[in-house]
Amino acid sequence: MDLSAINPVLLIASLMVAATPILLAAIGELVVEKAGVLNLGVEGMMIVGAISGFAITVESGSPWLGFLASAIGGALLSLLFVLLTQVALANQVASGLALTLFGLGFSSLMGQSYVGIKPPQMGKLDIPFLTDLPFIGPILFGHDPILYLGIALTAAVWALLKYTRVGLVLRAVGENHDAAHALGYKVVRIRIMAIMFGGACAGLGGAYISLIRVPQWTEGMTAGVGWIALALVVFASWKPWRALLGAYLFGGVTVVQLNLQAAGVAIPVEYLAMSPYLITIIVLVFLSRDKSGAPASLGRIFHATH
Amino acid sequence: MKLTSLLATAALGLGLATAAVAQDKTKVGFVYVGPVGDGGWTYEHDQGRKAVVAEFGDKVETVYVENVAEGPDSERVMTQMALDGADLIFTTSFGYMDPTINVAKKFPNVKFEHATGYKRSDNVSTYSARFYEGRAVQGTIAGHMTKSNIVGYIGSFPIPEVVRGINSAFIHARKVNPDVQFKIVWAFTWFDPAKEADAAKVLIEQGADVILQHTDSTAPQAAAQTAGNVITFGQASDMSEYGPMPRVSSIIDDWAPYYIERTQAVMDGTWESKDTWDGIGAGMVGIGEISDAVPADVKEAALAIKASLADGSYHAFTGPIKKQDGSDWLAEGETADDGTLAGMNFYVEGLEGDIPQ
Repeated sequence: MDLSAINPVLLIASLMVAATPILLAAIGELVVEKAGVLNLGVEGMMIVGAISGFAITVESGSPWLGFLASAIGGALLSLLFVLLTQVALANQVASGLALTLFGLGFSSLMGQSYVGIKPPQMGKLDIPFLTDLPFIGPILFGHDPILYLGIALTAAVWALLKYTRVGLVLRAVGENHDAAHALGYKVVRIRIMAIMFGGACAGLGGAYISLIRVPQWTEGMTAGVGWIALALVVFASWKPWRALLGAYLFGGVTVVQLNLQAAGVAIPVEYLAMSPYLITIIVLVFLSRDKSGAPASLGRIFHATH
Repeated sequence: MKLTSLLATAALGLGLATAAVAQDKTKVGFVYVGPVGDGGWTYEHDQGRKAVVAEFGDKVETVYVENVAEGPDSERVMTQMALDGADLIFTTSFGYMDPTINVAKKFPNVKFEHATGYKRSDNVSTYSARFYEGRAVQGTIAGHMTKSNIVGYIGSFPIPEVVRGINSAFIHARKVNPDVQFKIVWAFTWFDPAKEADAAKVLIEQGADVILQHTDSTAPQAAAQTAGNVITFGQASDMSEYGPMPRVSSIIDDWAPYYIERTQAVMDGTWESKDTWDGIGAGMVGIGEISDAVPADVKEAALAIKASLADGSYHAFTGPIKKQDGSDWLAEGETADDGTLAGMNFYVEGLEGDIPQ
């Protein structure tokens, strides 16, 4: 065993990378759920975002266009969910599961000709002097721009929900859609926008995996990250900063367990492999003891004439 | 009356014709553990399948199923293939071992070929390649090339085949560089690009400047390329799109001659259950071109090892070798027998850590 081989700076830097896809997807889903909609299709939207972003990046040569395309791809797929649940008033749980299954299959179809290709790389942030600072340089100033976008989105969503009128309306729709409707708010329209925002975020998260974290395209490469993001929203009590904490915790333990393995720590590998799930759940369950419950209308179907 | 008999004759003729065609065509099925586009293990098996098609043309019909999970679900896939009239089925991953045996019992007339396993029956053959010979060449290059004296190894599952590879690479790295250390991470997957990339990054962060992988995707290559100054080896396939750096060489599985031979045997009715385990000499294991990133003397040493393995003058496990716990395994000059190699479940002396059980 040689723990000195683990470099804490690189460890923190790489856990941030591992956490970003989860964070992006979780923030999107948080907004969706705050609007009172339960979309279980995160995994499907992520993988479609992953291939959309990958394909456009390869075709255009620009990762920026790719990330834009991944957000559009995720949002387009979420329109299917909109159609099912907001127009046809179908059951949200079933529709969301269908969306995931459809997304996984559809992405393999789209990705047939992109297997084994290397995408153009997105440059990392490189601020003279700041990036070269010891310790905090690589952690704070040495990442790709999308990672910062994830953190900025968290802050923006938090501020939006807490301080703005838009956030108040969104929460009202999620807490009691009948009351919000009686006050004259367009419940369905607000929800559609929230769902599309969620789809775009999930798409970005997927593209982060296919363009930055891996980077290549393979079928089913999101490998359950969407489900983790979904669970994280609940455990984080629908609070953006807790979602960030949870995502970093999960990413952190994932990276740490690989580090411990490589350093030869004598804990059976199987325990290390399950530790990210266990630790994240335990910590967030403790945090959420303060009775901040789910949005009251979560998962309920709204129809104006009822 | 006339019309009916005409129709009947026609139908009979047609029936006979179809039957004749069906008899002519030998149907060969392939069960793959990953997608054919993984650029590694499954890709090479599919190249073998294509070679069978190219060799026999119309006389053969091939079918394959990708991404088949190891374990019970593979039984369903194999059963379906057998029901659809396959004459010969190649199951191409270690985890298909028991399912293959189970399905083979139900279809005594269908021939099965299981890759990398050790259970056989009257209609189940096993075949594998001596990848550890390729690992010996890799270990030689790795031992010469590493500057940090840390070699990272991404293991898939702790099965004999993978342990053999680790031991072989380690023995030969130590032979040329007594200070070399191996850091081993078990990914518990054959194919999960995100996980493989993370594992490679972790090993690089902990100082490894050579990454060996026993997983199937090119993700570790991409991670090494990003890190710079780290060398890797193509696994199962050449992965030459990552050369000359980080990929400096590779182990290439060449299944085509074997697949053609066995298909021919089924056609001729001479197929028999047997165990095939071929290495560099027979051409089942190829060593991908050693790139210019490797100094000429190192390349020479690697090619010398390759040549002596190919002509049989050298065995990759030649004593004296001790087990990890210090007990004797092979005496001076003694070579390992295939039985021990096939069931290898111990590290050799010098490796750290335990094999997960």
